[in-house]
Amino acid sequence: MLDAAIIGAVLASVVAAATTLLLASLGELVAERAGTLNLGVEGMMIVGAAVGYVTAYGSGSLLLGTLAAMLAGVTLSLVFAGLAIGLATNQVASGLATTILGLGLAGLIGSGFVGTQLEAAPVLHIPGLTELPIVGRALFGQDAFVYASIFLLVAVAYVLARTRIGLVLRAVGENHAAAHALGHPVRRIRTLAVMFGGACAGLAGAHLSLAYTPFWASDMTAGRGWIALALVVFSAWRPLWLLAGAYLFGAVSILQLHVQGFGLGIPSQLLSALPYLATIIALVVISALKHGQGAPASLGVPFVPDR
Amino acid sequence: MGETSHRPKSLLEAVELTKRFGSLVANDRVSLAIRAGETHALLGENGAGKSTLVKMLCGLLQPDSGELLYEGVPVVFPDPASSRARGVGVVFQHFALFDAMTVVENVALGLPGHQPLSVLAARIDACVHRYGLEVEPYRRVGELSVGERQRVEIVRCLLGDPRVLILDEPTSVLTPDESENLFRTVDLLTAEGRAVLFISHKLDEVRRLCHRATVLRGGRFIAEVDPQQESFASLARLMVGADVPRTPRAATHALGEPRLLVRHLNLAGDGSRGSALHDINLEIRAGEIVGIAGVAGNGQTALFDVLSGERTVQDRESIVISTVPAGGFGPTERRALRAGFVPEERLGHAAAPDLCLSDNVLLTTHGDGQIVTADIIRRSPLFARFKQIVKGFDVRFGGKDPKARRLSGGNLQKFVIGREVLRDPVLIVVDQPTWGVDASAAAFIRTTLRQRAAEGCAVLVVSQDLDELLEFADRIAVMSEGRLTEPVPVEETSREAIGLAMGGAHRAAGEGSHAA
Repeated sequence: MLDAAIIGAVLASVVAAATTLLLASLGELVAERAGTLNLGVEGMMIVGAAVGYVTAYGSGSLLLGTLAAMLAGVTLSLVFAGLAIGLATNQVASGLATTILGLGLAGLIGSGFVGTQLEAAPVLHIPGLTELPIVGRALFGQDAFVYASIFLLVAVAYVLARTRIGLVLRAVGENHAAAHALGHPVRRIRTLAVMFGGACAGLAGAHLSLAYTPFWASDMTAGRGWIALALVVFSAWRPLWLLAGAYLFGAVSILQLHVQGFGLGIPSQLLSALPYLATIIALVVISALKHGQGAPASLGVPFVPDR
Repeated sequence: MGETSHRPKSLLEAVELTKRFGSLVANDRVSLAIRAGETHALLGENGAGKSTLVKMLCGLLQPDSGELLYEGVPVVFPDPASSRARGVGVVFQHFALFDAMTVVENVALGLPGHQPLSVLAARIDACVHRYGLEVEPYRRVGELSVGERQRVEIVRCLLGDPRVLILDEPTSVLTPDESENLFRTVDLLTAEGRAVLFISHKLDEVRRLCHRATVLRGGRFIAEVDPQQESFASLARLMVGADVPRTPRAATHALGEPRLLVRHLNLAGDGSRGSALHDINLEIRAGEIVGIAGVAGNGQTALFDVLSGERTVQDRESIVISTVPAGGFGPTERRALRAGFVPEERLGHAAAPDLCLSDNVLLTTHGDGQIVTADIIRRSPLFARFKQIVKGFDVRFGGKDPKARRLSGGNLQKFVIGREVLRDPVLIVVDQPTWGVDASAAAFIRTTLRQRAAEGCAVLVVSQDLDELLEFADRIAVMSEGRLTEPVPVEETSREAIGLAMGGAHRAAGEGSHAA
């Protein structure tokens, strides 16, 4: 018999697991809507996790750690931007290089902190709401990262759909030559979008190392950056579908842990693969239903203005 | 030019602009003056430097030397936004539109500052009424026809209230009707005191519409003339630099056996305009050139695809190439019957843009058995053929073996035609042989095809250029809404009759000839 408290706790951990993915993929979504495919998400995320952890450990301030993580993500994203936007190199190769660089840097930064532990980011209670049955803890008993991810999601969705900045950003991703001809600063907009992606990836890393699993391990992102990239594609570059994808992935990955706990005799490897499978199937169905729309037309194409 | 001492004040003036790209001088001290209230033509062949000049006028390119004057005062436009702010609007040949967005979003992207889309939609509607430019604000641009897209561009420019409107080859993508509408809009704009720079290489349009014309050739300023005072021939001479040679029409020669026989060819459409074919009948015999005229989008592309084997048909007998039923054959099998095909789109269809020219030779010759034997590419016959094409067809380029995309349109077209002709085909099907090709290369291509016909090849030419067909085809058929009229000998038809058929008059007149 499952009681409400257990269900509530499971739901709360689903939200927490989904938040890392949501943060990272939101940033990537913005970068890709502006036309840059940054495969460096995993690298920016792990550098954010390392720098955030080390800073928070040293200063004792989670806020400082979080800001440092975002700054680290932005810094690494600028390496990518310098190559892919400034020098118009191949974006896939530049992004992979960014990830490899990030993984190496993070291992170096965190090398003295293996085995240490931090106190997790505090849960921000909202009096009256947190005590609601079942959903109370999941929705209103979370740390600041969760609230930030939801705020960012709404902000990104609104800015992309309703503001001039969003319109220009989409235009740059859709047809950079036309945007350039109309006088929009293509490379500046792309660089800013990539920096936003870096900040978000850094924030996702901070969520991992400061809240979700508050310790340092050199492989702690465990491919979440790649999942975030896949979510962006399968959500057909739409923020609300991204939310659905991230939470589905979070839900299945938590549920399969519980199923493993029951000992149903299903191979654990199969269960561990379940979140990936479920997310891919769900999002493939979504993108199949919305066929013909999606990828920004200039995605991944280097922009070189003629002189 | 005697009247230079007192010229009427120019709105926008280019003074001796020079622009180099590496060793190529795209514009060599080019001058141009546009006055308020006039339609000014910028006339020149492809590669004459018109586009470069336009890009400098609107700030997309910076001149290496020379200056721009706006109302007599020197200005510098570091980017397109600054020229737009001063009232210079451009409608590019390749539209600067965003397919995935709505009309109103596209318009918003071209205007400075923010305004609610609903307000903008109302402004678009007002502009549409005033200038007769039909556009629906909330449709997605990707769904619009080429003519509609051009109107979106023009509306976007006009909402910026420009004093100078630059139209870059605006009619090259329009049907005659759409062109007429555009001319009416241009007249309204100049009547309001705006200046229009009308870029074109179509002499009849320029003579009809424009008050003055600046002629460029080879990147240089040639003359500023009053097109109304010039004859067709004198303008052509200014533009080309020599009298344009006419293709010699062969003396009547005996026709051989049928090389291409099309009988009751039908093709279901995919829903897009001009994708279906209805009961096409055609016979081409060795030694003749048959032309197919018609406005773009009436089934010519579908016809080419089905003749070249890119699309196959159920009824094998409906296409017969030299006695062999070929309806079910793909391109390579049809080429094996000694047929050659040159599609409309040079870059991307006829040639692979990023492959070097010698590799592009392989694309249509791999099945001929001389260059590729037992699946091995033999380099020496390949390069021999490559050199033969380059030499025999006067293909000019820099370097030894550049990528196809580096060639100019005319040279690439000569290459593509040469590639097919040197395969020694008995049937050649060419779609738009001289589209966007300069006059001398076009004359060369026509002469080549004429010569092949005289040597016993059957030639089918699909072209939107009626003058071209009247000049060198033996018989002309007209395509309209997926139907083809009976080909008529050139000397027995007239421009008017063909024009009527283009508009769909075949349904009344051609009934008898189609009854089988």
